Amino acid sequence: MTLESWLSDGPVLCDGAWGTELQRRGLGPGECPDHWNLSRPEAVLEVARCYVEAGSRVILTNTFRANSVSLAGYGLAEVAAAINRTGVAISREAAGGRATVVASMGPTGKLLAAEEISEDEVVRVFTEQAAALAEAGADALVLETFSDLAEARLALRAARSTRRPVIVSFVFDSGRNNDRTMTGATPEQAAREMTDSGADAVGANCGLGAAGYIPICRRLRASTNLPLWIKPNAGLPEVVDGQAVYRTAPEEFAAHLAALVDAGASFVGGCCGTNPDFIRAAAEALARPRPCA
Amino acid sequence: MAENSELYDAVLNGDAKKAVAATRQALETGADPLELVQRHMVPAMDEVGRRFECEDYFVPELLLAARAMKGSLELIRPLLTQLGAEPAGRVVIGTVKGDLHDIGKNIVASMLEGGGFEVIDLGSDVAPDKFVAAVKERNANMVCLSALLTVTMPSMKTTIDALSAAGLRARVKVLVGGAPVTQKFAEQIGADGYGENAVAAVALARKLVVQPVP
Repeated sequence: MTLESWLSDGPVLCDGAWGTELQRRGLGPGECPDHWNLSRPEAVLEVARCYVEAGSRVILTNTFRANSVSLAGYGLAEVAAAINRTGVAISREAAGGRATVVASMGPTGKLLAAEEISEDEVVRVFTEQAAALAEAGADALVLETFSDLAEARLALRAARSTRRPVIVSFVFDSGRNNDRTMTGATPEQAAREMTDSGADAVGANCGLGAAGYIPICRRLRASTNLPLWIKPNAGLPEVVDGQAVYRTAPEEFAAHLAALVDAGASFVGGCCGTNPDFIRAAAEALARPRPCA
Repeated sequence: MAENSELYDAVLNGDAKKAVAATRQALETGADPLELVQRHMVPAMDEVGRRFECEDYFVPELLLAARAMKGSLELIRPLLTQLGAEPAGRVVIGTVKGDLHDIGKNIVASMLEGGGFEVIDLGSDVAPDKFVAAVKERNANMVCLSALLTVTMPSMKTTIDALSAAGLRARVKVLVGGAPVTQKFAEQIGADGYGENAVAAVALARKLVVQPVP
């Protein structure tokens, strides 16, 4: 199966954030969200279902931190495989044939350049995670929220060993114009390097809000022929009465997603601060005819 | 004032081995330790900061330069202490309770050390009472709080409140930073400052703790 075949009817709406939805259901600060696949599977299933109901045609899995290096920080490395397998099973159940399941893989959180982790270790942990996700039936894999091209290249090599389509998505939030990754990569460098390394789609997620990702999307579009995956967050939060509050309204966010599609994105959705209301609004916005689409 | 020396180049290029070797050689041939810091290492770190602002250097380069600086300082600091030179400031740093992310915090810690501060790194997921205890025990004059998650940002306020409750707030400057943190948030929770990146954090730290001599 290729990603292009998913796009025969036009751009595809993905899901929104999971972490904030799990918090609404009682996930505490410092608790590992991915562990809820084992301890609170019904809550995770509910989040996934809400997105499918809201119109997501691609949903992710609650496995962003489920590589054994990140899980070790929570003392959970031993159950990595179970967290990954269950994560896919939950999303597949929620999808029920109405959505495809793209399994989420986040970075290790260690910097190769600072020798906090070796290349071999990066390949090993991502090969392990990707294999568990693929065996459990993920339709594709997404390496999301990456900053370091070197880590992304190794993770891509590991993920491709499953023979599933692999999407690689970066955070552009650094530099004077917030158009670089933390390690300095430009959208052009990221798109070209991942295309050359065999990615099936490239993209951008999280960041500093949807508006800022429109020019990034254009630059990615100009640098690769691969489908683009863009899942911005709902901007930076404000703290009100001790709680993080996102000020972006779902309708405003949805209008930005429509603009991202016009800028060449094929897969669009939300990151931190978005919820099923954002996806419902986006489904409506994307269904409306647009003059220059 | 930047000296075109081996030490300067080693710090600028983030080569810790060369920086340590150049420092050792300079000290063996009778160089003044304070002058090594002021005329070679600090200018090198300033150039690192300038390159960061110009988008020539990014986080990995910052980290490597700070490590090179730290390697040299390990040789120089004992000599400075003998001479009675005090660190620029004593900083307690940590990622706040509930948050395990430490890349940003580690970079700021390294850059502060490179900037001549004594750094007490409490790690990640640090409870407010641990910050309070460290400030008391180590007689710190600055606290740096990091958070990457929006859900853990409120822990920054809890920590500042704990410092106030312990009667320590007036004697420390509190800096906050991390991806979701903004200047406005820093003001809302009563921090003394916000560093948008590691270079800005060190510049601000210098500004806040270096009191003019009366």
